[in-house]
Amino acid sequence: MLSHRSFVWFCLLPLGVVTAAFFLLPMARLLVTGAEGPQGLAGYFAILSEPRYRATLINTVLLSIATTVTTLIVATIAGIFLQRHRFPGRAVLIAMLTFPLAFPGVVVGFMIILLAGRQGLIGDITNRLVGEKWVFAYSIYGLFLGYLYFSIPRVILTVMAAVQKLDPGLEEAARSLGASPWAVQRDVVLPALVPAFVASGAIAFATAMGAFGTAFTLATNIDVLPMLIYTEFTLAANFATSAALSVGLGVITWCILALARSFTGGAVAAAG
Amino acid sequence: MSIVSGHGAAVRIEKCGKTFADGTRALELATLDIARGETLVLLGPSGCGKTTMLRIIAGLELPDPGGKVLFDGKDMTSVPIERRNVGMVFQSYALFPNMSVAENIAYGLKIRGMPKAERTARVAELVDLTNIAGLENRRIDQLSGGQRQRVALARAVAIRPGILLLDEPLTALDAALRERLRSELNRLLRALGITTIYVTHDQAEAMELGDRVVVMRKGAIAQIGSPREIYFAPKDRFVAEFIGAANIVEAPLVNGQLVLPGGQLPIAGEGSRGDAIAMIRPETIRIVAADGSSLSGTIDSVSFIGDRQRFVITGASHKPLTVDAPNTIQAKAGEQVGLSISPDAVRLLPSEN
Ligand SMILES: Nc1ncnc2c1ncn2[C@@H]1O[C@H](COP(=O)(O)OP(=O)(O)OP(=O)(O)O)[C@@H](O)[C@H]1O
Ligand SMILES: [Mg+2]
Repeated sequence: MLSHRSFVWFCLLPLGVVTAAFFLLPMARLLVTGAEGPQGLAGYFAILSEPRYRATLINTVLLSIATTVTTLIVATIAGIFLQRHRFPGRAVLIAMLTFPLAFPGVVVGFMIILLAGRQGLIGDITNRLVGEKWVFAYSIYGLFLGYLYFSIPRVILTVMAAVQKLDPGLEEAARSLGASPWAVQRDVVLPALVPAFVASGAIAFATAMGAFGTAFTLATNIDVLPMLIYTEFTLAANFATSAALSVGLGVITWCILALARSFTGGAVAAAG
Repeated sequence: MSIVSGHGAAVRIEKCGKTFADGTRALELATLDIARGETLVLLGPSGCGKTTMLRIIAGLELPDPGGKVLFDGKDMTSVPIERRNVGMVFQSYALFPNMSVAENIAYGLKIRGMPKAERTARVAELVDLTNIAGLENRRIDQLSGGQRQRVALARAVAIRPGILLLDEPLTALDAALRERLRSELNRLLRALGITTIYVTHDQAEAMELGDRVVVMRKGAIAQIGSPREIYFAPKDRFVAEFIGAANIVEAPLVNGQLVLPGGQLPIAGEGSRGDAIAMIRPETIRIVAADGSSLSGTIDSVSFIGDRQRFVITGASHKPLTVDAPNTIQAKAGEQVGLSISPDAVRLLPSEN
């Protein structure tokens, strides 16, 4: 007969095995590989000291932050509107907005090229209007657009679900106390959505940090970390550097998310 | 010293009906006057349109075209709620979870641009009034149901509203707490002296709190009157049965006497009718000795409730009669008893068609 305690341990065993096999072991191996380059442990600092790596890192972080913030703003406005209004064509619009959910990054990149590439739609239009072809698919702006396209559907769905769960009484109470529609949004609606912002923002940010497909299709003039890891790994066969960069990518993403969470932590607890 | 007295507004609802977008007829055309400082209770079963009427007064719902809402004679129909200066207490309380108790109470004052020192003083005043001293810095999720109810009330009256609107503020609480808060609320509303419209489906609450009670049924006003009027002189069978316990007796009326299986029952006044409907409250029937009594029946069951006992008597009327008698009477099931009912206690109701 198992005691209660050992029964719990027994149940946790499969979880432990899976965690070890698919998570801890490869991670440990990655950590070790990162320190096996010619520079040893110092290989980890190359990501900060080597100018090319550092520039790429800063690019990636800035791009991901910009993507997250823009996505949150766009998705919040759209999500609140879509959840609060019933109009003909609403279902079609939601379907269209969430259609890109299934697209891999490569397809998103391809669509950005169709839009802003050398033969793209925007180039055509600007060529006719101002006699100059605007091509930005392969710059950081194209990448930014692609990342937005990728993350907006995910965040919209989370925001819509959170808005649906809001007690309409809260807004009515605020209005009865004299709050203008703008004050209601500021004091009641947005604070109540903070947990949803943190959750979906974290996913948007992490996805942008690690996005590969879109970058692979578009990033010819600019480097982002996942691309850098890919080139170091497959082209230069530089295992140690790519492992160190991978660990760096993970750690930095984690740190920024932890920071964001601690800033909003009080708000999340209060809104809970 | 009363905190808000003299701030009440008189309310008039004129020909207000409400049909929702999906075609639901929630409110039939209603006209209603509420005096300054009066507490009016909207009472009725679930779905009868109480909340709809309250929301029309609040400005959260527009009446159908042609309907008007007036405060102190001023047409407010198209004024949005944020400019009507009404205090509202919701059934769910709708307290802001991202603010402390004090911040909740002060929110309306802050929106009005009241300076911080004044705000703090007013919050302290309200915290005292509603008995929640010591909880000012708590988060909402750290409060009990009764405490939340008080915070909601404090927040609503903080802004010195012209009208206080409460939608089933006690329904979410358990019975004992509800009863305690009810008398506390009553004291508070009297002290504030503010025009109050109170929605409930609990007739005991309506009786205790209301200066006047509006009994509603299927979107229409069934009767308006003081608690005594609607209890003792209900206009129809629906009101009689909804307010308190009522025995409904259907019998022929001959020369001022109802002819029942168990004997005769005189009513106040003359008249004859083939099919009269009368109401008798259980506490107005007295149990007496069977012989010599003009109306008698058999005790079917006795339940001892403590302060009184409840008899069910068969054979007197077509349907069993409920009788509330003093707890001192010794009588057992199966016994034959006489029933003494004062003619004034028998209330004729209009027959239904
Ligand atoms: N937004 C709405 N759209 C359509 N029908 C509605 C809407 N709000 C209420 N109703 C309907 O109007 C009728 C009256 O509703 P109301 O909420 O006023 O009832 P109530 O008397 O407050 O009931 P309760 O005691 O259950 O709260 C009900 O039949 C309800 O289903
Ligand atoms: Mg209601």
